[in-house]
Amino acid sequence: MGHTEAQSINSQSRKQAIKNGAVAGFPIFLGYMPISIAYGVLAQRSGLTIFETTMMSLLVFAGAAQFMATNMIAQGAAAIQIVIATFVLNFRHFVMSMSFINRIRSFTMRWKFGLSLGLTDETFAVSSLHGEEAKKNYGRYFYLSLILVAYFSWVFGSFIGAIIGDTLPRALSESMGIALYAMFIGLLVPSVKKQWRLGLIAGSSMLLNVLLVEWVQLEQGWSIVLATVFGSLLGIPLLKEEDV
Amino acid sequence: MIIATIIGMAIVTMVPRFIPAFIMEKISLRPWLNRWLNAIPFAALGALIFPGIMTVIPERPLVGITGGVVAMLIAFFNLNVIFAVIGAIATVFLLTM
Repeated sequence: MGHTEAQSINSQSRKQAIKNGAVAGFPIFLGYMPISIAYGVLAQRSGLTIFETTMMSLLVFAGAAQFMATNMIAQGAAAIQIVIATFVLNFRHFVMSMSFINRIRSFTMRWKFGLSLGLTDETFAVSSLHGEEAKKNYGRYFYLSLILVAYFSWVFGSFIGAIIGDTLPRALSESMGIALYAMFIGLLVPSVKKQWRLGLIAGSSMLLNVLLVEWVQLEQGWSIVLATVFGSLLGIPLLKEEDV
Repeated sequence: MIIATIIGMAIVTMVPRFIPAFIMEKISLRPWLNRWLNAIPFAALGALIFPGIMTVIPERPLVGITGGVVAMLIAFFNLNVIFAVIGAIATVFLLTM
């Protein structure tokens, strides 16, 4: 690759980086909206105030754990039980963060720290599929903007859900449950089309996850962590350095 | 009391998220480790999709699967992820009407 060509690919203004990040984050914005509203509604029903409901989204920013916590609060679980269950369920973000931080190695510590706090399943997946941004000028603003768009949607949706309460038609809110799964599929399929080996990795991790949940009867949090760690081991023989 | 629970949840969620920012500095990067870390997003996507997708309508696992297949078909034609999301929602909505 010629010197000038490399430069033109890597050069983007900060404004462009922010705009591109927001565009990449928009599907997450759409996917989070109905789910965070549903969370807000459920939290209300479990007896949380509007303030508590919104604070949980603001401070925790982890969908599955928040649904679980509101359920546990409704059932009168002890705080320590809820905190431990949250740790187990969210530990997968540790594995994801290892992968993400590795990609943004060149960023300053301040940026690594800040961006890592915004990692969810969704922001991680979309960021990883835009790994090339890490090498561009202002790439950090791309990730920041992507994460903030998702964060805003999550917090704002929770607040809306807490205010409107149970007014969403049930059939509609039930169908929205597929949104994030569809997003994961929509992210995975184009990569697999380019590199069938990636499909092999995803497929074996699915299989592992089923085995761990059904046969070993592992908690969902741990089974996702283990399936991810061991499924991705296949990448060592299968992938080339420049593949992804 | 609920606020204390929320703060506890926030801490145990934040710490595993940021710890890698500090430890990755100290790990020297072998090519095989790099390949492993690069494969993680795809393994994570696999584990996040399945078998969870079957619980979209818990008593009817096939509804989730069908929605997933529709999302796959849409994604196969390289349309934006948003279309896969909308298509899957519409499918589940129609199947549960």
